[in-house]
Amino acid sequence: MLPRFWRKIKYRYNLVGTYCENCGTYYYPPRNLCPKCRRKSRIKEVQLSGKGKVISYSIVHDAPENFKMMKPYVVALIQLDEGPVITSQLVCKPEEVKIGMRVKAIFRKYGEEGESGIIYYGTKFVPDEKIS
Amino acid sequence: MRRVAVIGVGCSKFGELWDMSFRDIVLSAGIEALEDANLEGREIDAIYVGNMSGGRYLAQEHISALIADYAGLAELHIPSTRVEAGDASGGLALRQAYMAVASGMHDIVIAAGAEKVTDVGAEMAMDILSSSADREWEVFCGANLPALFAMIARLHMEKFGTKPEDLAKVSVKNHRNATLNPKAQFRREISLEVALNSPYVAEPLRLFDCAPISDGASVVILASEEVARKYTDTPVYISACCQASDYIALHSRRDITTMDAVVYASKQAYKQAGIEPKDIDVAEVHDSFTIAEIIAYEDLGFVEKGRGAELIREGVTELDGEIPVNPSGGLKACGHAIGATGIRQAVEIVLHLRGDAGKRQVDAERGLALNIGGTGATAVVTIFER
Ligand SMILES: [Zn+2]
Repeated sequence: MLPRFWRKIKYRYNLVGTYCENCGTYYYPPRNLCPKCRRKSRIKEVQLSGKGKVISYSIVHDAPENFKMMKPYVVALIQLDEGPVITSQLVCKPEEVKIGMRVKAIFRKYGEEGESGIIYYGTKFVPDEKIS
Repeated sequence: MRRVAVIGVGCSKFGELWDMSFRDIVLSAGIEALEDANLEGREIDAIYVGNMSGGRYLAQEHISALIADYAGLAELHIPSTRVEAGDASGGLALRQAYMAVASGMHDIVIAAGAEKVTDVGAEMAMDILSSSADREWEVFCGANLPALFAMIARLHMEKFGTKPEDLAKVSVKNHRNATLNPKAQFRREISLEVALNSPYVAEPLRLFDCAPISDGASVVILASEEVARKYTDTPVYISACCQASDYIALHSRRDITTMDAVVYASKQAYKQAGIEPKDIDVAEVHDSFTIAEIIAYEDLGFVEKGRGAELIREGVTELDGEIPVNPSGGLKACGHAIGATGIRQAVEIVLHLRGDAGKRQVDAERGLALNIGGTGATAVVTIFER
């Protein structure tokens, strides 16, 4: 597995983001510097709730190599309840997805690297039926 | 700052140039530009070249020296510099060359852009282009460049009522314009029905909403106003060349239906040129995906936010419209040779301002070129006047 991938495992698997104590903004993906406060940033790691809503989405038909097995699949921009927007896959029927729908995070397989057969995992989202 | 003029332009054919190497393609554009400027070669003070990914497309780095070498300039030992900003690399090269002349550092400078993509397969070509977005937090999830622009399109449709037909009309227009451009990759008209029934790439975007990834090279030669007079009676001046950046990933942006980098760079450019959007007579914009052209109409101030589709519906941006946009055929139909695109756009605007654009000639005194990197994390806006 590539170091650039495993370095981020904690954040990818568990949806750990960061929070700036100076201005009260949450970040995901995590940032070590707050773009609003820069040198005044006071960053700490936080566990995000994994709950949010769909801002926009696409159903991908012409899939990249690692994702051929899944096509068509749904990618979405999801705004977490804490504020940050995250790019992720949505596990649902393509015809189910709507802008504004409530979703929640789950842990899923992302893809395999062709010859090496390495399997990548990460966070995906599913419809949050309890609310919507 | 000195006034900067374009004294020569050249452009290779764009497309799948199987029988041409990277070096051949660059040379064909370079020779055309030198002939156009009536330069011998010895007069050149510096080269800036935009190239996104020689490393991954060709397994060749050090493109700057390679280009100077194969342009026959090795023994002149002039400085040659490669710049990179995804598919805005050409725009950056133009700006670096502009600054070098404007500052008084150099008198005659070449701005080039080049990319050879067909030595790798189409899927790899798209993967490489998608690295202009955030590899770790976007592309990792299966959100490649078409998927990201698809999400922009989806929200623009939801918020402003833009229709699939509006996107298709951009493609139809650009294909029609390309039939008049001998350098273009796709020189045949398409019908609205064909565009609207082409297969989905990433919903709501279909095949005809996506620009191809092409081979190609383009060159412009810049000179100070004083030097330019010695070489041409029809100089075209660069009245502004502004660059802006934004968050690399779409998910970090303020609003995905606006490219703030385009808004910022164009406002600066209008101010520097002392003009307003309505003063632009012709524009080349970065239609890597059809939605990007509609958003460009808005972010460049041709129309207010959310009303971009009206311009294509009403024919305002057609070749015979009020502001012709992408007379070359744009990235969609002229082809998108990534690092070459920003320079090719400049070549097109210069041809129109000189009256050398052949059958696609429009009547124009001022033109604008907009080159974007990735989903809009870099924007370069250049204004030309005759
Ligand atoms: Zn902060």
